[in-house]
Amino acid sequence: MEEQDKQARFEETIMPHLDAAYNLARWLTRNEHDAEDVAQDAVLRAFKFFGGFHGGNSRSWLLSIVRNTAYTWLQKNRKHEIATVFSEEEHDVEDLAANPQVLLLRKADHEEIMRAVEQLPVEFREVIILRELEGMSYKEIAEMSDVPIGTVMSRLARARKQLQQSLGQRLQPGVSQ
Amino acid sequence: MNCQEIEALKHAYADRELDLVRTTEIEHHLSDCRACSQAHENIRALSSALKSSDLYFKAPAHLKKRIRASLPNEARSSSSQPFGWWQWFKWGIPIAGTALIAFLLATSFIRASTDERLAQEVTANHVRSLMATHLTDVTSSDQHTVKPWFDGKIDFAPPVKDLAAQGFPLMGGRLDYLQNRPVAALIYQRHKHLINLFVWPATRNSSRAKKLVVRQGYNLIHWNESGMTFWAVSDLNPVELREFVELIK
Repeated sequence: MEEQDKQARFEETIMPHLDAAYNLARWLTRNEHDAEDVAQDAVLRAFKFFGGFHGGNSRSWLLSIVRNTAYTWLQKNRKHEIATVFSEEEHDVEDLAANPQVLLLRKADHEEIMRAVEQLPVEFREVIILRELEGMSYKEIAEMSDVPIGTVMSRLARARKQLQQSLGQRLQPGVSQ
Repeated sequence: MNCQEIEALKHAYADRELDLVRTTEIEHHLSDCRACSQAHENIRALSSALKSSDLYFKAPAHLKKRIRASLPNEARSSSSQPFGWWQWFKWGIPIAGTALIAFLLATSFIRASTDERLAQEVTANHVRSLMATHLTDVTSSDQHTVKPWFDGKIDFAPPVKDLAAQGFPLMGGRLDYLQNRPVAALIYQRHKHLINLFVWPATRNSSRAKKLVVRQGYNLIHWNESGMTFWAVSDLNPVELREFVELIK
């Protein structure tokens, strides 16, 4: 009886977020097959620990498990990707923020934007996905990734700056670094 | 605010993460400064390019199926068996018990869920009033401009007190909408914190007791008094918000 109840609640609160889980896994692993494994593993873990979920934001809760699963997976399979993140310093490239990019970005197509996001270091990529695609608040992202809100804000700022630079360069080959 | 300060806050501003005071200051600055407003436009252009370029990967159908199949499924084994007398015995008593408890609790749940929905609505209205440049419809220096303003706009006269002397100056009033009806919103300020006080005629047998709830980091206190329902909401700490409520009552 209790087990059935757990399943019903899990189906109702967690399963609607499968797309969000897969999307995050896909962006963190950058690969469909690995994303499927990570997403499935994460959902099974979520089911296992569902007793510890006491209400609140179920999407954040599931996504934090996806995130942990993905990082564990990266640690095991693509250690260099995580290692680059921590040593990643902001490249001192010319600040393009003041250039009129509105028109340029309109011309950027799906492929280019996708490549630009994929090339971000994993922690910057993550914050872009959570903020821009999932529409999560700084606070939600901070709680989910267990970092201060200030860190979320600075990662987001740096991620956007890098995207502006790479999209700017791609679309405007003349711009020097 | 100068350009350097804007630089540090431009992302939080574009993401609507700032409080009303800072948002307004930045809006002022952007209207005069081309460089900063260009930088802001660029952030927005990037955001909308990311949102509109179909970057969201939906879980493929076979994955959803696979995940569902891999969850332990107890229901499968028991539903295939005939429903024998022993199952009536096994399930009947707990089901009857559950039904009885559900029946007994139903009324209190209905009330709790109404309050819960209302708390969410009130919080959403509060947040929205801070985001948009639409905090007040009528700005005020005292209650004598605010109270008459509501005349003819709503079918009741909200009690309006100016509490400037007690440290809660009345900023103004606004029409808002809650529980499918127009309500009066009175805006008070405590230092840099804004308080929205929503007022509308109470329905029958509403409780007079003050209740404090917390939603999304905001404190809400609601109560009924003289035939009116009151909801005060703010990011102000509970102690000072209670103090405010005592002054209103």
